[in-house]
Formats: sequence, structure tokens, C-alpha cells
Amino acid sequence: MNKEKLRRSLLYVSGSKPGGISQAPFYGSDCIIYDLEDSVPITEKDAARFLIFNTLKKKRPENIEIIVRVNGMDTPFAEQDLEAIVRAKPDIVRFPKIETPEDVKLADEYISKVELEAGIEVGSTRIIAGMETHTGVLNAREIATASKRIVAISIGGEDFTASMKTTRSVEGMEMFYARNAILIAARAAGVQAIDTVFSDINNTEGLIEDTKLIKRLGFDGKYLIHPRQVEPVNNVFTPNKKEIQNAVRILKALEEANKKNLGVVALDGKMIDAPVVDRAKRVIALAEASGVIAGGEI
Amino acid sequence: MAKNSVGRDIPEYIGNRKLIPYMGPFEKEPDSIIKVNKRQSKILPGESKIKSTIKDAIISSGLKDGMTISFHHHFREGDKVIGLVLTIIKELGIKNLRFAPSAVINIKNPSIVDFVKDGTISRIEASGIRGQLGDAVIEGFMDEPVVLRTHGSRPRAIESGELSIDIAFIAASASDDYGNANGFSGPNACGSLGYAMIDAKSAEKVIVITDTLVDFPCVPASISQHEVDYVVVVDEIGDSASIGKGAARVTKNPRDLLIAKNTANVIANCGYFNDGFTFLTGVGATSIACIQFLREKMIEKNIKAGAAIGGIPAAVVKLHEEGLVKVVEAVQCFDAESAKALGQSNTICECDNNVYSNVHNKGNMVNKVDIGILAALEVDTDFNVNILTGSSGEMLGGLGGGPDVAAGAQVSIVTIPLFRGRTPSIVKKVFTLCTPGETVALVVTELGVSINPKHKNYEFLKENLSKSNIKIIPIEDLQQMAEEITGTPKPIECTDKVVAVVEYRDGTVIDVIRQIKK
Repeated sequence: MNKEKLRRSLLYVSGSKPGGISQAPFYGSDCIIYDLEDSVPITEKDAARFLIFNTLKKKRPENIEIIVRVNGMDTPFAEQDLEAIVRAKPDIVRFPKIETPEDVKLADEYISKVELEAGIEVGSTRIIAGMETHTGVLNAREIATASKRIVAISIGGEDFTASMKTTRSVEGMEMFYARNAILIAARAAGVQAIDTVFSDINNTEGLIEDTKLIKRLGFDGKYLIHPRQVEPVNNVFTPNKKEIQNAVRILKALEEANKKNLGVVALDGKMIDAPVVDRAKRVIALAEASGVIAGGEI
Repeated sequence: MAKNSVGRDIPEYIGNRKLIPYMGPFEKEPDSIIKVNKRQSKILPGESKIKSTIKDAIISSGLKDGMTISFHHHFREGDKVIGLVLTIIKELGIKNLRFAPSAVINIKNPSIVDFVKDGTISRIEASGIRGQLGDAVIEGFMDEPVVLRTHGSRPRAIESGELSIDIAFIAASASDDYGNANGFSGPNACGSLGYAMIDAKSAEKVIVITDTLVDFPCVPASISQHEVDYVVVVDEIGDSASIGKGAARVTKNPRDLLIAKNTANVIANCGYFNDGFTFLTGVGATSIACIQFLREKMIEKNIKAGAAIGGIPAAVVKLHEEGLVKVVEAVQCFDAESAKALGQSNTICECDNNVYSNVHNKGNMVNKVDIGILAALEVDTDFNVNILTGSSGEMLGGLGGGPDVAAGAQVSIVTIPLFRGRTPSIVKKVFTLCTPGETVALVVTELGVSINPKHKNYEFLKENLSKSNIKIIPIEDLQQMAEEITGTPKPIECTDKVVAVVEYRDGTVIDVIRQIKK
């Protein structure tokens, strides 16, 4: 499991809708999140758990990262969810409403117990920790480092703004601090940062603007609630021609410098340092994932 | 029992009629003599064609037991004439009629089933019979099997004498007192009268029914006075707003949109997407959505279409307004907007269905189509298409012009999801074979595209599509994937009773539908 894997678009699909589950792999999202939490009524939690377990065991989509959102650790469903889901070996379990590092530690312990019982390599199930309140955001730094399983942390917009006694706007100013707090915590911990959903599925323009904003801030990707949102979000994260050309030049310069055993890499008279190289590699990875350039073309 | 060239068992006779098994898309020779039912008449100067009621018109027409009556389906679910006319025929006590509309639309009040039950109608010949009537037919309700014809086959059958119309009822949104009529003037426009033109030209008697009587002469006239016997004025012939109901709809379904997008991508890369190309989109939700994506490709590559042909939705009219389509040839209009647009521009033309799709005329429009997009209920691994029956064998669709377009177009594209609900749409063998696989070039699904190795343009399409980023998958793989998701459906069990004969466009029999065993 690569912490730097592309996670531009993470598409939610309700665990209680078999039709949606079977269709989800067709829309081009980087990840699918089978949901056991908000989209599943209490009376259908059992059935959804069973459906997701069977989907993962018998008809797991290929070449796509599979995440399961379980119910919060503060609910009676969380243990049952983990008991079933971890055995089905999703790539990641995504936890909602994480407020403290202890929440993560508890989740980690429980996952380890199930892994051990099921004969699964302990530590192989990764975690995305979702923060949805002011307390969670304030503890983001400790949460991000609370378990080695964590590959990403994220912000949940609706609950966060409710906890702040406000509502979400299209512009998202009320989220500005929280988004940055999550980002800084993620970067400090060396994990990814995933942004909240954009709720109005009919407002594609709004979604694009929101995605441009979070991309500019530095987020790695975004949760999506409808297949129609996949393409616009992937497009925003797709580098433009100029960015790709620049990245190619940087990587070629690096290759040349390595061939000549040069300690310092320079391009157009400027020194290229490690962050610049990392950024160039990410641009190429994004371009490849988007199909703009084919693998090995550089 | 004989096997036709696509492997279906076809009875040798149904009643006294000898069936000719399908032999191939262009094997059957046309009949040498045209046998239309037209009669000469003598209308003296000053005589009026106006009849005060439909009843008067029917009595004057000489309609008798056992005759054939026809209608057009341009109003689709907004039609108010068919029910009105049948009710009056019933009141007159006329029985055992052959009901031969261009298509049976789903009229609920009154229901066509009631007219079959009481013996007013004893035979049906149409393009499709969905809804309540379809259910009744599939349950073996009628003694005579229904004859299902493609849009192109209907004018062919009329001219060959197979379908001889005695009285044609034509709903027109505007008419003068002498029967010059069209479908695009007046408050209740249905647009093109493309399917009614052959009826007007060939029926023994023609009755125009309108709700908008205009001063003589009604111009432009789609139906000409010299073909019309009587004109009747009624309160309302139909509801334009309901034309788009049923099959013609705009979709927000993400899977339909994905298939539509894949289709536009295929069109842009198939090798026929050149300046002046001609296309046809049909009425399915995916087809209509595809027009939006096609528009983007046309703008991006600066390509303009020479013509859009066939049934026309508002989206095609918009392309025309934007200068992206030079000429529109409308055999029908799929919504109120396109119906209204018909009279607005001399490059949005009304097209006679005989010209559009008759395989045995001197050159039909579908032969000039570069890219045709077709909807389907099922496709099998031989690329055969079912557009009539659903997963339980129920009647869901009509043959429409799909088989005609598939045969004529350079590239015929079937758009279909891998599965619907819990049943696969890509199957090993379609339940009802409507369009032969050899005429289908491509199948486009949400997962990828299959090219038909037996299609005439296979090599060309394969070469062009291979250069793009389109995912090409063998159809057997698509079928397997569909079945992996849905499981294998239990085969539908049938009795030996034939309830419908599915004719190919040349009049040969491509399949029959048997009564479903309960």
C-alpha cells in the first residue's frame, strides 16, 4: 500500500444498494468507498455489511483501490463492521468522526485483533481518519501520527460546519482554516489529505471551482457522492500541457545529471532540489492516471 | 418448421400465409409490381370534403367488417385521435378490423385491449406493441399473431400489397377544408408526418382529422388535397407536451451518460467523423445524451455534419441552429420543441418514411447514413439485437427503424448497459432476434466497446479505434462480465403458440415470438 498512490477521486457508494455497488467501478474514480455509515439505514446495517463482505470476497473490482467507510467508533456498529469487513481485506478502512488519537489507537487495536484471528498480515489494512468536528481538527496532528496504518486524513465539511455553529457555503470560507489545519497535519505526518464532499450534484461548475480551490491549497483528492462528479474532479487534478512539459524537462535533467554523476541538478541556470523533483514526479503520475500521457513515454 | 439464416425456427405457415425465412440483409428481391390500394375519385367543383363528425366520415368512407385501418404514431403518448376513432367504430358495430398503425403507442384510456376484447380489432400489424396491449398479446390473447414490421418495412409492405390499407386516419395539427394538411402548424403540433405520407398516398380512403382548420390553401402541406377524401374538425388531436414521454427522454442517469460519452468518443475516432458526415441518433435516452457529447467533439475538431436523419429530438435542432448540422431530414419529431422547429427553417425538412427507410425503393435515406446510433434491450455474442422483448419475455419496445438503419449505415452503433436491474443485457442468445448481428458494427457499453468481426467495415473500424484510448473488449468478455455480476438468468419458457411474427425489413421472417408459459 503506497501512501503516495493517486487518490484524486474517492467515490462513495451505499452499502445497501447492490445496483450502485456493481456499477461503481465503471466511472473512472481512483477509489471506491463502500459505505456502511450515513447512507445505510439502521435497519439495513446487517445486510449492507453482508453485501460488502461478499462483494469483496467474490466480485472485487480489479485495479481500483477499495475503501470501506465503517460506522464511528462511538457507535454499537463499529466493532461488528470491522469484524466482518477486515476479514474481506479492503485496502483501507475509512473512519468517520475521529476526534482524538485514542480513537485511532482503538481502531488500530481492533483491526489488529481481527487480522490476527483471520490470518491476515497484521498492519496490512490501512486507515483513513476522518475529522468532522472542531475537536478533531484541533487534534489533527496527533491523529495523523497515531497509527502506522494511516495513509490519509480528511475533513468532513457538513459535520464540521455544524460543530462550528455555521453552515457550508459554495465558496467555502468557513472551511478555510480547517482545511489548512488538516493539510498541514497531513504533510507533517507524511500522509495524504482528502477533502470533503461537494453536496450539490447538479452544480458541476461549483464542484469544479471547489476542486480547483482544494487542489491549489494542496489536497490530494476529494470525496465524491455521485458518479457524475468523477470526471470533473479528475479533470481538475489533470496537469495541463505546460505543467507536463516542465515536469518532463525536470526529470530528464535529473536523469542526465545522474548519468554524469553530478551532485547538483540544474535547469535553465537554476538548481533543482528534491521538492521540485517530487512535484515533477507527481505531475507525471497524475498525467498518466488521467490518460493524458502513456506510461513510459518520458 | 424452417431455420432461417440466423438460426431461428420459423413456421412454414401461419394460417394461410406462407412465411419466407430471413436469408440475409439484402438477399430478398423486391416485388416487381406495386399493388397500392389507391382508388380514383371524382370531386366536383364546389363540393365540400368537410364532415361534421368522425362518425359521418367513417360512414362515408364505407368502412366495413374485416377492413384495414391505419393511423400514425407521431403524437406518441399524447395521441387523442386513435382512441376517439376506435370508440366511434365500436359504436357503429364494425368488427374484425385489421389495425395497422405505424406503431402502437401506449394508449390507456381507452385501451386498445378493450377493442380487441370486443372484437372491433382482430388483427394487428405494427412496429411494436408495448404496454397493456403488448402484455395481452404475449399472453396469447389474440387468435391471429401480430405482425411486427420495421419502419422501413411498412411502406414496402404497403407497396407490395402485403398491407393493403382501406381507410387511413391522419391526425394533422393544421388542415384546410380540402385536406391540405401538416403536423407543425397550429397549437398541437406533432412535427413531421413522415409515417402518414405513405398511408395518404396508398389507402383507398383518407380521412384527415384536425383541431385547427386554416384558410385554403394550407401551406406548406405535408399531406396533399388530391390524396384526401374527408376532413373532420375535432376539439383536440393530441398533446405536444406528451410526445417526449415514454422512450424519448433526457437522462441524468450516470451510466447512460457514461455510455453516451463512450459512444461520442467512438464516433469521433471511428474514421467516419469527417466534415459533411451524416448521422442518426434515434430516440433512446443514451442516444439523446450522446448528441450533447457529439456536439463538444464537433466544436473541438471543427467538424460540421452534412445531415441529421430520422427521428429528431430538440438536441439535434439545437445543433442545426448552431450551424453544426447543415440539413435535418425529420421522419418524426421526438418532442414539442423539434415539432415546432419543423416549419421554421427550410433546412429542417420533413422526410417521407418511404424515402427514409424502405429497402425496396430506388434509394433510401438510411443508405446514406455514416453513423447510426441504436438502442437495444439485449445484444448477444453474435451481435444480434433484441429491441422488442424484456427479461421476462414481456413486450417492451418496438422494432422502429433500428434494423433499417443498421443495414444501411456505414457504422451502426448499439448502445447498451452491461446489465439492467438484475438481468444481463449482453447475453449468449437474444430472446427475440430483431436486428441481425451481421449489420451491427459496434456495441458500446459503460465498460468498453466491442467491434463485430463479421461487419463489412470491421478492419477499418478496428484500425481507427485501436489508435485511440478506447477500451476494445471482445463481446464474449462483456457477456461473461455481465453474467458474473447478475448470475445466469433462467431461460424463459414458451408454448408452441406464435403470438407475433417479427419481420425483417424485406418482409422475410427473422424471428417469431411465442406465448410465454405461465
